[in-house]
Formats: sequence, structure tokens, C-alpha cells
Amino acid sequence: MSGTFIGMPVFPPPTHPAFPKAAREAVRNPTLRGNLRHATHTIRAKRAKAVAELSDWDRLREAGRLIKDHTLRHLERHLLRLEESVTAAGGTVHWAADADEANRIVAGLVKATGESEVVKVKSMATQEIGLNEALEAEGIRAYETDLAELIVQLGKDRPSHILVPAIHRNRGEIRDIFREEMGRWGRPAPEGLTDTPAELAEAARLHLREKFLRAKVGISGANFMVAETGTLVVVESEGNGRMCLTLPETLISVVGIEKVVPTWRDLEVFLQTLPRSSTAERMNPYTSMWTGTTDEDGPSAFHLVLLDNGRTDTLADQVGRQALRCIRCSACLNVCPVYERAGGHAYGSVYPGPIGAILSPQLRGTESEIDASLPYASSLCGACYEVCPVAIDIPEVLVHLRERVVEGGVTVRQGNKVVLKPAKGHAAERAAMRAARWTFSHPGALRTGQRLASRTRRLQPRTLPGPGKAWSGTRDLPAVPAEPFRDWWQRTHGGKDGAE
Amino acid sequence: MSGRERILGRVRRALADVPPDDTPYEQVVRRDYLREHGDRTVGQTVELLAENLADYRAVVHRCTEGELPSLIARLLTEREAGSVLVPPGLETGWLAGTRVTRVADRAESTPDDLDRVDSVVTACAVAIAETGTLVLDGGPDQGRRRISLVPDHHICVVRVPEQVVSSVPQALERLDPGRPLTWISGPSATSDIELDRVEGVHGPRTLEVVLVG
Ligand code: SF4
Repeated sequence: MSGTFIGMPVFPPPTHPAFPKAAREAVRNPTLRGNLRHATHTIRAKRAKAVAELSDWDRLREAGRLIKDHTLRHLERHLLRLEESVTAAGGTVHWAADADEANRIVAGLVKATGESEVVKVKSMATQEIGLNEALEAEGIRAYETDLAELIVQLGKDRPSHILVPAIHRNRGEIRDIFREEMGRWGRPAPEGLTDTPAELAEAARLHLREKFLRAKVGISGANFMVAETGTLVVVESEGNGRMCLTLPETLISVVGIEKVVPTWRDLEVFLQTLPRSSTAERMNPYTSMWTGTTDEDGPSAFHLVLLDNGRTDTLADQVGRQALRCIRCSACLNVCPVYERAGGHAYGSVYPGPIGAILSPQLRGTESEIDASLPYASSLCGACYEVCPVAIDIPEVLVHLRERVVEGGVTVRQGNKVVLKPAKGHAAERAAMRAARWTFSHPGALRTGQRLASRTRRLQPRTLPGPGKAWSGTRDLPAVPAEPFRDWWQRTHGGKDGAE
Repeated sequence: MSGRERILGRVRRALADVPPDDTPYEQVVRRDYLREHGDRTVGQTVELLAENLADYRAVVHRCTEGELPSLIARLLTEREAGSVLVPPGLETGWLAGTRVTRVADRAESTPDDLDRVDSVVTACAVAIAETGTLVLDGGPDQGRRRISLVPDHHICVVRVPEQVVSSVPQALERLDPGRPLTWISGPSATSDIELDRVEGVHGPRTLEVVLVG
């Protein structure tokens, strides 16, 4: 990552290759592609069914959008109210402007307990700030307890999906990792461990149980924070979250400031849309809600660390701020034709897929090669927008960010206005051409893109956005036909049916 | 400058373009979504709860108030439970039919103590039919959050139809956010290995729900 922006963790490494290069490597890995294809297709079909059960889905989606937009527009008020209610309920609120500050606060809180081990609930925010590494540097060991995070941690790997971080691993690989690595972290894998999911889950249960039972400090994120009541909400499946949230004496939650919702009642929207969009279930197995501390039930000390780390910069962007509505359901990953082939690692950040392509370059700025290339990690087919339960117009933000990369302009970094120079050497345009080449060699994605283009053709601009602007400035763009050629061909059997 | 002032200052500057707007929150968000899905009788709602619980691999039983002690006794015997955790306010009659060793839910118990107990019996605060969810709110008949977590076998008693609501919105209305809440939809499960669902990772691997009424 270049120059101006400090305060970001070493994750991802500054040298992470730009998206097109990383994606090209990933696409050549057949195991990865097979694992991903299987996973995304399975969950895609299940999700559609779960959503179809609710006849008011569109209204829930619109309510979710309105709640989040209102929250963002009045963010200061809601954050102050949240601080007040958490404090009144016995919690302590801390504010962290960037990753370093958050890590310092958490490390300090852990040290104050005298402990050198913590158990963790899966949390995007703590990954984003590189908390585990920061704690390690202070002599504190952080154990991930979500099964997929455990697989990632033991395999010295990086997560590749928001919801199923080890989606790129199949059962054989997981068995090998457990056999080789569990012993180094605690209880070893049972003798003769096979690769059936039930046995693998049992091995994880035994390995982690000894950690849960002795842990004095738990660290989590949260899916929602209710300003009105001071309640935090964590949704999960395995019960590892409940273990970390209730057994330790001290609980530290690191949560992005955009996770606040104004009222208790708002949960009725998100607790309907989140599970169905993410795991495609009517409801996830466990949801925990806590408000400060409760006498003799759960941790006696609760700390909430409110994290900015680029969120206010994102808020300053009138087009891009909608990315902060995201409830991290991961539905957009599972429908994305680019994600399906490239995998999560190619995005070079903890937020992969379509949402990562718009969130990471906003949280981190577009100065680095990877962040400048992310807005091009899309075929703009629009599927991500259609599934998004809070109606984030991801294609709109992608196009907006492409323009920023290519043309430069005024943006906000760490609270200050900065003027970006246009990207050097038109790297972005080259990336765009590569994306186009990929699309043309993948007919399915092309077809989806064309259909969308046809349906929205009245809204098409007369000039191209982003890198194409100069080119189209002196040319007329061809009109998009009402029906893609290949659809016409199939419908009319190549014109033989005589229609049109 | 503290992190707090810095963040709040950034928020303010970031929103400089947003015109001031004092519309009350209740008017901003159109809540025209449904309070419940479908048109059901009370009986059908209870039936739906049973179906959805079973769909997520909870074992569902139904009985009358009078049959409850013998049903619980049978479930504990079938499980070969040697000990059972008991919340302080659990109806004393519920465990009248069994001689399994009772372990009280005490603040001093260590997680290891709880790990040695085989089963737990609790009541619930509310059950949601559309999602197949039980909500525990730490009331005297439900105990601390951890007792329904550490033992491997949880028997949860739901009074039907009084404790059953149709939907998530109806459940939230009945709950007190000041209490610690645990929503349970089926036993602990993971789909992290090739998206194959496996029941029971850290929470109880067996969830039995008794609908009494
Ligand atoms: S952008 Fe929308 S679909 Fe994607 S993870 Fe966020 S909420 Fe889900």
C-alpha cells in the first residue's frame, strides 16, 4: 500500500497482487474452482427457496434499506445514544479511529486481566484490523473458535468467504490440516480421523472444548447494536459464539460504527432477512443478545470498542456510502460469476466478492495496486444488487469507483480531503480489458450481463463511465438491442421460425 | 484528541452534504411488511412450530400437563442421563417422575462442573412458529445462559399455545431487551465442511422440545 494511508494492518500484505493477476492464478486451480462451484451453487438454490417463503420480501428489503440509510444520515446521534445505553447497562465504551488504536485498546484490556489467551467468535472487524497478529506481538494468543476459522487458522491460511471462510477447502484437505496441526495448538486430532464431516466436526468439538472451559477472556464482533437499548446481537450456528459470549469473565466486542440500528424493533427486519440471505435458513441455530452485563449470568466485565478504520471516509462519499448498509450476509458472493471462479483470496482483503470490491477500496483508499484493481473485479451483471437484502447498488458503486481510479479527484482519507491523481499507466484500463476478455470467454456471464443491459437500456448513458469516457466522448455509443442476440437466436431457432 | 472526538468529528464532516431532517423515525421507515405470514388458526400455528422445529432436527414431543413428569422421566432414562441441571425456578412437579441426580444452577459452578452434567431441563420465554425458534430470557425457570449450552442434551418445555407466537416481529414485542436472550433454532450445527450440515458442534447435540398443553 502506498504512502498516504497509515494505520491499516499488514493484512493483506502490501505486495498483494492486483485482482486480475491473483484471479488468473486462482482460475487455474481446479480444486479451488470445484470447491467453490459446489458451495456457491448449493447455497444459491437454498437461498432462493428460503426467500420465497416470505411474500413480503421486497417490503422487508426496502425497510432494511431505509433503516440503514436513516442510521447513517444520523450516525452521530445514534452512536451517542448507543454509548449512553451500553454504559447505563454496565458496559464500557471505547472509540478507535483506526486499526492500530483498536488493537492497542484490545491488547491493553486483555493485559489488564492478566491473561495471555483469548477465545474468539468469528468477526470480520477483528480480521480487518489484524487483531490476532497484533495480540500475538503482545504475547497474547488468540484462538479462533468458529469451525471454518479454525480450519483457516490451523492451515495458516486466509479466509475466502464472509460466511464460510474455508469454503475453498474440501473435506480431504481439512482432515490433513487437522491431523498435522491440531497437536501444535492443543488437543491433537483423534487417531484414525477420517474425512467425514461428522468426524471432522467432532474433532473440532473436542479440540476447542478444553479452550472454552478455561478461557477468561472472550473477543467478538456483533451483527447489530441497538442504540435505544444498548443491546448487542450475534448470530451463529455452532454454539462457539455462545461459549465465548457467556463463559469468560471478560468480554470485548469490536464492532464497526455502521452496525448500529436505532431501535429494538428494527431487529424484526434484519432477523428475518439476514439468516435467509446468508445460510438460507429460516433462522440460524443460535442468536445471542446481551445488554451490558447481567448479575451472575455471563461475563462480569463488558467492553465495546467502536471501530472507524475507514468507515467515516466511506460515509463521506455520496455514492459509495451505501456500502455501509451491508449486513455481511454474503449473498452477493454466492451469486457472483466472477467470485465463483476467482475465489475470495483474489480480492486481497477480508471482504471478498462484490461487496469486497466496493468496500475494501473505500475503507483503504485506492492507492495500492490491488485496491485500484478491485472495482474492475466484476462483469457488472447486476446479480449482486438483486440478491442484496439491503438493496446496495453494487454495480453503481463499482462504476463510480472505476471513475475515481482512472480520473482521480477529491476524496476523504482519515477524515481529511485529499486529491487523488489519475491511476498511473492506465493499469485500470488494462484490467478492464482483461475482465472483458474473461467475460467473452465465459458465455454464461456474458448472457446475464446482456440481459441486464437489455432490460435497463433506456437508462444507459450516452457516454461510457470510467476508462471509456475519453473514448466515447467523441463517439456515439451503439444502442443496446431490446433482446440479446443469443436469446433471439435461441427463441427463433436462428430466425428459422420467422419471428421478427 | 480522543478517538471519540475524532470519529464524531469525521462523521459530522462526512455528512455535511446531508440536509437537516427532523422527520420522526417512526415515519421514516415504512413498516408495511407483514406482522405474520399466512392465515392460521392457533392450532395450526402450534403445528407449524412443531414442523419447523423438526425440520431443523429438534426432537418434538407433545403431551398434557399431567403427562409431563413421566415424559421427562422417560426422556432422561432413554438418554441414560446420570445427572440433570435444574434452573432455580423450574416447576418442581416437572421432575417429579425421575430420580436422576439434580444439579442446581449456581453462580459458583465452573464450566468444568457443567461439562460433567448430562442433561438440562428448562422452560422458555417465547417460541416462534414461522422459524422454529425457542427464545430463552434467563428467567428463573430457564436459568443462566450457559446451562442450556454446555450439557449435551437439552429438554425445553414450551407451554402451548400461550408461549407460541407466529413470527419474529411478534416475538420481539414480547421480549425484554434488558435480559440476556438466547434464540435457539434446532441443535447446534455447522455447514462449514463443503456445506454439509452436521448437527452438534459446541452446543447441545440433542435438543428435545416438549409442547405442553
Ligand atoms: S452487500 Fe448486500 S448481499 Fe453483499 S454481503 Fe452485504 S448485505 Fe449481503
